[in-house]
Amino acid sequence: MTTTSAPAPAIRVLGLEKSYKDVHVLRGVDFDVERGSIFALLGSNGAGKTTVVNILSTLLRQDAGTASVGGFDVGSQAGQVREAISLTGQFAAVDDTLTGRENLVLVARLRHLLKPTQVADDLLTRFSLTEVAGRRAATYSGGLRRRLDIAMSLVGNPSVIFLDEPTTGLDPEARIEVWKVVTELAGQGTTVLLTTQYLDEAEHLADRIAILHEGRIIANGTLAELKQLFPPAAVEYVEKQPSLEEVFLAIIGSDTGTAHNRTPSPTATAAPTAPTVLDTK
Amino acid sequence: MTTITAPATRRTHFLTDTRILTGRSMRHITRSLDTIITVTITPIALMLLFTYVFGGALASRTDTYVAYLLPGILLITIASGIAYTSMRLYTDLQSGIFQRFHSMPISRSSVLWAHVLTSLVSNFLSLVIIVGVALVMGFRSPAGPLAWLAVIGILALFTLALTWVAVIAGLAAKSPDGAGAFAYPLIFLPFISSAFVPTATMPGPVRWFAEHQPVTSIVDTIRNLLAAQPGGADIWVALAWCVGILVVAYGVAMVVYRRRVA
Repeated sequence: MTTTSAPAPAIRVLGLEKSYKDVHVLRGVDFDVERGSIFALLGSNGAGKTTVVNILSTLLRQDAGTASVGGFDVGSQAGQVREAISLTGQFAAVDDTLTGRENLVLVARLRHLLKPTQVADDLLTRFSLTEVAGRRAATYSGGLRRRLDIAMSLVGNPSVIFLDEPTTGLDPEARIEVWKVVTELAGQGTTVLLTTQYLDEAEHLADRIAILHEGRIIANGTLAELKQLFPPAAVEYVEKQPSLEEVFLAIIGSDTGTAHNRTPSPTATAAPTAPTVLDTK
Repeated sequence: MTTITAPATRRTHFLTDTRILTGRSMRHITRSLDTIITVTITPIALMLLFTYVFGGALASRTDTYVAYLLPGILLITIASGIAYTSMRLYTDLQSGIFQRFHSMPISRSSVLWAHVLTSLVSNFLSLVIIVGVALVMGFRSPAGPLAWLAVIGILALFTLALTWVAVIAGLAAKSPDGAGAFAYPLIFLPFISSAFVPTATMPGPVRWFAEHQPVTSIVDTIRNLLAAQPGGADIWVALAWCVGILVVAYGVAMVVYRRRVA
C-alpha cells in the first residue's frame, strides 16, 4: 500500500469504528482512495460496506476514527463534504410520483444550479432517458430506475461519487450499462467508491480493490497485487465454454457487451461472467 | 471539477429548499387527488349519517344539527388527513430519497418542514370540501370575517400540532400500516367529546373524560365562533391544548429524527 501522488487522496479513512448496539460492525477500517480512481469495497452481505458509505456521505456518525472526503472531515465539515459528494444508495432513490425529468430538475434545483432544466435535459440525453423522461418513475424498469438514480447523482458534477451495490438486482444488460457509466465517470476525473459483493464487478471496474471482512480491511491493492497474495497459478488447459451471460446477451442481440473492458482483464475472457457472490463462510 | 452554484447563504437555503421540497410533495397530492377524496369521504359519510339518520332523534332541525356537528367533523377530517402525512414521510424514508436529500448540500430541516407544510395545505383543501358539503346540507353561519379567520387559525394550529404527531409516527414506524395506524384513536376522539351530543348526557366517567380532553374545547370554540356567540374561556383552553400538543410533539419528533438520521 503506497500513496505516491503528492495531492491529498480524495477519500481518507483511518481507524474507523462503528457499532450498532452489540454488533461491532467496523473494527478499525483504514484505506485511501486516489483522486480520479475507481475503488471497490468488496465484502459479503453484512460486512459493513454500507456503513462505511453512510459514514463517508455524512449520514452516519462513526464511534471512533476519522474519515475525510476531498480533504474535509465528514464530521466537522459535513457541509463541504456534501458539496463534494453524491450518494447512490443501495435502492434507487427516485421519486416515483415524479417523471424522470422532474426528478433530475428537483435535484438540480436543490443543488442550487443556475439552469436546472438544461442540466436535466443534458443528463437525460447522456443516459438515453429522453424518450421516457415524461413518464413517471414508478413505471420504469429496474435498469431504467437505476440509470435515472445514477443520473440524479451526477447533477452538479460532484467530484466524489459513492455507489452502494449499484448493480444488485439488475439484469445482465442493465449491469453492463452501469459498468459503462462508472468507467466513463472515472475517465472524466471523478473519484468513484463502489461497494459490491460481486467479485467480477470489482475485477472489471476497479483500479484498487479492498476486501472488507469482519470489520477490517483484510486486503487492499490492485487486482495484480491481490493475485500475488496467492501461490502462482498452475497452468491448466480448460475448454473455454461461453458463460450463460454471454449466451443470453448473444441471443437477445445486445450490443452493450463491450462496455467494460477498460481495465484489462488478465484472463482471455472479455465479457463479464455471471455474478459470483462472495461467500466467506 | 467546478460546479456553477448560485451564491446563497444558509438561511436563504432553508427557505428555497423548503419551497422546492414542498413543491415536490404537493405534486404527490395533486397527482393522486384520490388521497383528498379518501380523506374527505369518511367525514362526509359521518356528516350525512348523523344528520339524516340519527339527527332526527338528536335535534329538531337538520340544518341546526349540521352547524352543531360541523366542528367535530372538521377535526375528524384533520385526524384522517395527517395519516397520509406520516405515510408520505415513511415512504420517503423507505425509498432512500430521504438519505439522498440528507447527503446533499441542502438545509436538512427543510426535508421535514416540506412535509409539514404540505400537510397544512392538503388538510386545508380537505376542510374546504367538507365546509362546501355542509353548505349544501343547509349549514349557514352568521360569523363575520374575523370569526372565520379565528376558526381558520385554530384549525391550522390543530393541524400543525397533529402533523408533528404524524411526523413522529412516520419516522418511527416499522411498516406502512404502522405509519397510518396512530391516526385511528385520534379519529375516534371526537366521538367522546361534545362534537355530536352535549357532554351533559354522558354518564359520569365518560363525561369527565369528554370534558377534559382537547377536542371538546376546540369543538366548542369553533362552534361558538361560527355561531357568532361569545366563546368565553374555551378559546384559551383550546389554544393551550393545541400549543401544548405542538410543543411536545415537535420535541419528541426532533428526538426521534436525530435518532433515526444521525
